[in-house]
Amino acid sequence: MAVPFAFFAVFFAYPVTAIVGRGLKAGGSWQFGRIGEVLSQPDILHVLWFTTWQACASTGLTLLIALPGAYVFARFDFPGKQLLRTVATVPFVLPTVVVGTAFLALLGRGGLLDELWGVRLDTTVWAILLAHVFFNYAVVVRTVGGLWSQLDPRQEEAARVLGASRFAAWRRVTLPALTPAVAAASLMVFLFTFTSFGVVQILGGPTFSTLEVEIYRETAELLDLPTAAVLTLVQFAAVGAILALHAWTVRRRETALSLVDPAQTSRRPRGAGQWALVGGVLAVIAVLILLPLGVLVARSLDGPGGYGFTFYRALQSQGAGGGTFLVPPVDAIWNSVQYALAATGIALVVGGLAAAALTRRAGRLVRGFDALLMLPLGVSAVTVGFGFLITLDKPPLDLRSSWILVPLAQALVGVPFVVRTMLPVLRAVDGRLREAAAVLGASPLRAWREVDLPMVRRALLVAAGFAFAVSLGEFGATVFIARPDNPTLPVAVARLLGRAGELNYGQAMALSTILMLVCAVSLLVLERIRTDRSGEF
Amino acid sequence: MSTTKRARTSGRTLTTRKLTVTALAAALGVSTLAACGGSDDSGSGAENSKVVTLVSHDSFAASPAVLKEFTKETGYTVHVLKSGDAGAALNQEILSKGSPRGDVFFGVDNTLLSRALDNNLFTPYRAKGLDQVGSGVQLDAAKHRVTPIDSGDLCVNYDKKYFADHKIAPPRSFDDLIKPQYKNLLVTENVATSSPGLGFMLGTVAKYGNDGWQAYWKKLRANGVKVDDGWEQAYNNDFSGSAGGKKAKGDRPLVVSYASSPPAEVLYAKPQPKTAPTGVATSTCFRQIEFAGLLDGAKNEAGGKALIDFLISKKFQEDMPLNMFVDPVVKGAKEPAVFTKFGAKVTAPETVAPGTIAKNRDQWVKSWSSIVLK
Repeated sequence: MAVPFAFFAVFFAYPVTAIVGRGLKAGGSWQFGRIGEVLSQPDILHVLWFTTWQACASTGLTLLIALPGAYVFARFDFPGKQLLRTVATVPFVLPTVVVGTAFLALLGRGGLLDELWGVRLDTTVWAILLAHVFFNYAVVVRTVGGLWSQLDPRQEEAARVLGASRFAAWRRVTLPALTPAVAAASLMVFLFTFTSFGVVQILGGPTFSTLEVEIYRETAELLDLPTAAVLTLVQFAAVGAILALHAWTVRRRETALSLVDPAQTSRRPRGAGQWALVGGVLAVIAVLILLPLGVLVARSLDGPGGYGFTFYRALQSQGAGGGTFLVPPVDAIWNSVQYALAATGIALVVGGLAAAALTRRAGRLVRGFDALLMLPLGVSAVTVGFGFLITLDKPPLDLRSSWILVPLAQALVGVPFVVRTMLPVLRAVDGRLREAAAVLGASPLRAWREVDLPMVRRALLVAAGFAFAVSLGEFGATVFIARPDNPTLPVAVARLLGRAGELNYGQAMALSTILMLVCAVSLLVLERIRTDRSGEF
Repeated sequence: MSTTKRARTSGRTLTTRKLTVTALAAALGVSTLAACGGSDDSGSGAENSKVVTLVSHDSFAASPAVLKEFTKETGYTVHVLKSGDAGAALNQEILSKGSPRGDVFFGVDNTLLSRALDNNLFTPYRAKGLDQVGSGVQLDAAKHRVTPIDSGDLCVNYDKKYFADHKIAPPRSFDDLIKPQYKNLLVTENVATSSPGLGFMLGTVAKYGNDGWQAYWKKLRANGVKVDDGWEQAYNNDFSGSAGGKKAKGDRPLVVSYASSPPAEVLYAKPQPKTAPTGVATSTCFRQIEFAGLLDGAKNEAGGKALIDFLISKKFQEDMPLNMFVDPVVKGAKEPAVFTKFGAKVTAPETVAPGTIAKNRDQWVKSWSSIVLK
């Protein structure tokens, strides 16, 4: 408990409080009057309204599109299912820079829609909503589908035998069991879209702005700390409310359901109707997820002399990016992996200890801490980054120019994933096993090693994979602290996109494709060692 | 992957392990270990006066060979820290004033200069060789708190092919852009979020004065100007003349970019074309000058001074254009052939005094937004 708490306090609570304080304190006293001032500006109110509106719309749309997918993945077996599930998860860990570029290529001028029907959606709100669905499709499929695949179909059959109609059986048996999972998934999607930054910035054009984008502008561009502080507090309040609701639904979800092995519940689709449903879901995945990813791959191969690996070869040369990097861009892959490994290590230690503490103790305080650990998901990177800047500036904690800052910032985002993955598994370990081991003379450490570890090993691996993937794609924090002699993949992509010339653009596409592949491979490895329980993400 | 590559990566596994160990140690609160962990840790330069740290924005670039040259001449190794775009990088320095992250800050331009000077970020220092720098770019000549390093012009670029195909003469001036034959052809950037966008607006302020520029923008809007949030999108997606824009089938043959963009289009094309695919409207330009300054509270002041001297040495000035696509400010520094052959000569760029920009900036941005975006 102490380690995660200290980590959280030093690297999150303290920096964020400091930067908010810098904005709201004048002459040593808090100026809460400023909150009213800021919130009465029509521009700010407009931003608040748009943020909420688009988050609701994105969540609704994601549920609409992803719930059939969740059902199909849960109940049917078809060739390539594992691979598809992985591919559908790739977007979730891609940096927004890459996704924004892909969507522009798709929905913008000369994109596919434009070619077919002359429709252009860039700089409309539709582009933002679709990109949000792209990102969060996997959240719903994994959270809801994971549980759905473990619900015993015999319960529904029993209801049918007792005379319930097909629909009534589903409504009375399956739906109530699914509701908490659907609620949790919706809240997660709402949280991610409410705090959306890159997507809105790239696809929204100058007319749409979310709270997160506004906080970035006020902090980084205008240095208007009071306004930024007020907006941060507003976002805090909103995210806090979402997380509280989420925690409540998760607790409801841990009520006893009779869960079975998912392998027993899924079968081959039978009949035209079921095949049509599966086909429909596959078509949605093809259009919504494979297409944007495919556009990136196509552009990375579409070199000056026809299709080929020109851009990939260019990545290995020192002169690529014209000295922006001091290293060949291909080194960015290695840097990213190193950062991600370190971040994963930190996230596993902190998250694992937190999960262990949360298992051992119950009570209001501990539950509050559980929600606290989720907060970094909803606080903007720029707030944390600038907070680091003004707090971690004195030895022994002068980490402002140290490489460790990057994995630390990334681990903040990784910890919630680790906790979410580990907690249910740890809670499921029967305490009497440990007691039995102790009675037989095992030391606490030995008991843990022989009893807990084998049971949580897979959860650990899955958690590690998530933390690793999240860190690979994380862009917000790294952009402030990355150094040119060791840029990360997303930063390298952004910098290449920021320069004129065909080679730079092509290399950005090539790096994006590599990033995509690295994410896909690490997720595929995870799928092989999936825990036999419903994933929370 | 070549074998040498593989050999190098396997040699690195040890560092990774060390990195991970350090990371864990740090996570466990033994953060002092982090200060001496990893060979590529810059520390803060306090215990190592042979390191000089340059803080800059994302666009800073220099050839490794030239930086090595500096080390050979002076004994100092340069560490570069980049933190976001020009505005964000400067604001981070302002926030950490008094205990800076480095010794020298590079990349404050004339649109941000007043903000930096008003916050007393820099220690005055008169660089060696300043007499070789043109007087036109020395905006702090009395106090030498900052030293001019490079200049660049923000201008409208045009797609040569489009205008040849349509048999229209490309525009040359601000006045041309509001003519009917250029309707719906121009894409520019959001003034609030992009420095080219801001520069272009300042150019119109200089040209039409404090009373006339808003009327000009109303006409520009009526003539169908498109606004993107950032340069990347405008240039690589909407502009029909750039390589990225060609692929994205950009439909705007006019874009607000740099006078040095055509050379970049040539340099990064394979095979290199005989002529640049894009041209520059030379009477639509705003001059940007970038400065470097010795940070107040720098841990390695001597190294910082040596670095500023080096930044205006011929070696660095001649290496700079192809890395950052800017013009040297030192007399006699040779421009690369690509620049002289494909670049545009801007003879009379618009300028606005830094003090005037600082005073009116917020107001101008607000009124621009209400005219153009609402």
